[in-house]
Amino acid sequence: MSATKSEVRPGVYYDSVVLMQLQRKLAALPGVEDAGVVMATPANLELLADSDLLEASGKAARPEDLLIVVRASSEAEATSALAQVDELLKQRSSGGGNQAFRPRSLAAGVKNLPTAEWVLISVPGRYAAKVAHEALDNGKHVFLYSDNVELEEEIALKQRGAELGLLVMGPDCGTAIINGVGLGFANRVRRGPIGLVGASGTGLQAVTVSIHNYGGGVSQAIGTGGRDLKAEVGAASMLQGLRYLAVDESTQVIVLISKPPDEATAARLLSEAQTAGKPVVVCFIGFATPAEQIGNVHFAQGLDSAARIAVGLSTGAMTPPTIERRAGYLRGLFSGGTLAYEALNGLQNFLHPMYSNVAIRSSQKMGDPLHSQAHTIIDLGEDVFTVGRLHPMMDNDLRLRRLKQEVEDTETGLVLLDVVLGEGSHADPAGELATAIAAHAKTRPDIEFVALVVGTDEDPQNTDEQIQKLEAAGARIFRETTMAVDYIAARLAAAPSPAGKALPPFSEPLAAINVGVESFFDSLKVQGADAVQVDWRPPAGGNEALASILEKMKSK
Amino acid sequence: MTDINKANEQAVSRMMEARPILKGVAPARDVIPGMKPNLLLHAGPPIEWARMSGPLRGAVIGALIFEGLAKTEQEAVALVEKGEIEFAPCHHHDTVGPMAGVTSSSMMVYILENETHGNKAYSNLNEGYGKVLRYGAFSEEVIAKLRWMNESMGPLLAKAIEASGGIDIRTLLSESLHMGDEGHNRNKAGSIIYTAKLAPWIAKVAADNDVESEVLKALGENALSVLNPVMAACKAMSASAHGVEGSTMVTTMARNGTDFGMRVSGLGDQWFTAAAEVPDGLYFPSFTSKDANPDIGDSTITETAGIGAFAMAAAPAIVTFVSGTPQDALNATLEMYEITIAEHSHFTIPQLEFRGTPTGIDIRKVVELGITPRVNTGIAHREAGVGQVGAGLVRPPMKIFEDALIAYAQHYNL
Repeated sequence: MSATKSEVRPGVYYDSVVLMQLQRKLAALPGVEDAGVVMATPANLELLADSDLLEASGKAARPEDLLIVVRASSEAEATSALAQVDELLKQRSSGGGNQAFRPRSLAAGVKNLPTAEWVLISVPGRYAAKVAHEALDNGKHVFLYSDNVELEEEIALKQRGAELGLLVMGPDCGTAIINGVGLGFANRVRRGPIGLVGASGTGLQAVTVSIHNYGGGVSQAIGTGGRDLKAEVGAASMLQGLRYLAVDESTQVIVLISKPPDEATAARLLSEAQTAGKPVVVCFIGFATPAEQIGNVHFAQGLDSAARIAVGLSTGAMTPPTIERRAGYLRGLFSGGTLAYEALNGLQNFLHPMYSNVAIRSSQKMGDPLHSQAHTIIDLGEDVFTVGRLHPMMDNDLRLRRLKQEVEDTETGLVLLDVVLGEGSHADPAGELATAIAAHAKTRPDIEFVALVVGTDEDPQNTDEQIQKLEAAGARIFRETTMAVDYIAARLAAAPSPAGKALPPFSEPLAAINVGVESFFDSLKVQGADAVQVDWRPPAGGNEALASILEKMKSK
Repeated sequence: MTDINKANEQAVSRMMEARPILKGVAPARDVIPGMKPNLLLHAGPPIEWARMSGPLRGAVIGALIFEGLAKTEQEAVALVEKGEIEFAPCHHHDTVGPMAGVTSSSMMVYILENETHGNKAYSNLNEGYGKVLRYGAFSEEVIAKLRWMNESMGPLLAKAIEASGGIDIRTLLSESLHMGDEGHNRNKAGSIIYTAKLAPWIAKVAADNDVESEVLKALGENALSVLNPVMAACKAMSASAHGVEGSTMVTTMARNGTDFGMRVSGLGDQWFTAAAEVPDGLYFPSFTSKDANPDIGDSTITETAGIGAFAMAAAPAIVTFVSGTPQDALNATLEMYEITIAEHSHFTIPQLEFRGTPTGIDIRKVVELGITPRVNTGIAHREAGVGQVGAGLVRPPMKIFEDALIAYAQHYNL
């Protein structure tokens, strides 16, 4: 008959690695069948219950208590195991008497390593935001490994970071490589010209590994935490990282990695990516890729393909053309349904919000196709328009009237028209459209007109003449959809207001303060970084009443 | 509500700006406010006879015999039990005393004057090593030594100090910290400086060559001769920082052998007390921690003022007390920076690139970080009269800091 015995140590905190080591050592003691050493959070209590390690005194433990449970083949053996806990805990400090000072507070850590630019935080979630704010107070970038941080806290931290020109990676950020030094979990990859920003820890690790294996190298790999691309957070960290890599001299190609982002956030990010002045490889797993490439933005189908594309791009020099941005909304007036659909498919990734009567995403559905709103792409060949009249490929009347309507809308910035030539089409579509465009250009010189002309030199309308008419009226001509999409995406994508200060260049050699999980500190040292370990404990030993007094005193 | 950080800055600045000068020596009844024949001052927070530990009781008995109020131990105890004798903490009378700290009305005491703020502080003369009153010994030789100190040494020191115009103890400490002292457990260098400073004046004013020789020998041989003026100097410094509205800085730490007591600048004269702990340290041959009395003495005033264990990095020679290596000594001081408000502007540590010592304990930081102040201390035998059995490290109980924090929240309506 086995015996289970527990010991509760109120308000005692050790990092999880220490607890796991203790657990393993306890389990190896004579007669011990199983052991559990955990902070007594509800989740951990559940785990203990599953392993048949939870009895009455364990159930009564509170989240800030250390709970040690041993199940042994006899009561005596269980008691003896528990009695050895302190001895086993002591074994971990191998440094002996000559161990360098380990501060308890971040403030002392900062004092002891003033050159540190980074603070790694892996304390329990409910304390993590406070420590992160303290790091920002001290002018340090934050690598926040802790999870269970409230979304509001994340938003507040990232907002402050942006204002201060400091990076907040995380919460729940597992990996980063800064100037060749891995933070948290990171693979050993060679340095090189590819800079990454990832909202997925393992995704970022997988791509850096593939880059290395394909012979490429990494300049920086910046983590953001898994929620960064949620609408509420708005990719705050990814935008910061992207801007940093755009000006970082050691970075030639940028890779962005995430699980599917929020639509508006994706549009902001991709718009920003267009201005990077460097090729940007985007790998949003599960995100429908509109094309292989739009402008300088390349869309990868998977993590490995992102690495492959990035390595390919980093070996060839490429300077993407820069297209000046302009204000206003797109109004695409199509006669061809599939052309409208293809334009929408490409442009929806950059222009937001977007509406269409051939909506791809449910958010794009138009209440009233007769009136445009925000960016709009209309297929005028849809039934609602063609009932009782000729198809717009044969009759320009409908489009001319809608064109007039758009021009009268002060929010319109760019009008896109398709001109589909060939047998059966209107004999001179460009003639009528060009006349209208020329007239409208006089009243609204701020509107840009773009025409997508589909036709051959053998078509009856004479494609060259059609193009000349449109060009003479001031329209810009494209001969196929993706080129038009490239152009319009670059022209109209909202230039995100660069919220906050730019990040300063990261210094070398890297110096960091590690608050929490000791193995992160060990790994920094092994990699040759300057590091200080802060032996963090919950404020006031986890005593809530005292902690709340301290908190009140801080605001005084 | 005042700004706590500002209040603490003010308190710690006052403490560091205080400039205690050793001005003289005089009988306690002539200089210590409220001193009277049936009053005995003792170390630590208030305590009644019934709860006094062995060494403190022994010192009380010795002082009563010294004062001629009792002839024997039995008479002394009877006198106390009849309620004829009043007890008060030294700290209630601007005084500090090492170990038992028992000070009676005829005893000669040092007079320290803080030239910056004008307040004064007092401490008895140091008896040296061996069987001494401060460890609760009251045999004939102990009383005889006290008489010699009072009748020969005291008056000569009084004249010499007066002739010297005063000795700046803050400067003396700044210097001794650069010579391997930490000002509490190690005062070797300070005592030599002290003797060297006084010697010419003693020679000048001494009427009797034999007395002069004996006094110089007593000062020079005793590595603790400067401890008492240093403690009184620290008392003068910390007292000038007491009573700053809103401050969470500790201005008193003291032990009576039963309780550890603390007072806080912004919390008036309230003592926060809890059972004193037995120091962790090295024992003289044939003694063990079983022989040790719980922590005793006002000498924690040194740590309160930013020296002692807080300046441990400056005193690698005594690292054996803290279990080991010079790195441990550095670590001890580095740890104290975490719970203090300032780095001392006058006391610096060569081993830390002349960083100022950690100064001004903030009860907020102590509670938040779970780091209690370090104290270097001598260890008294639990029985009266045996004397010192070792030296080591002790920390005040966390409870007094937690209690003070709660009292602060109540007092300031947080």
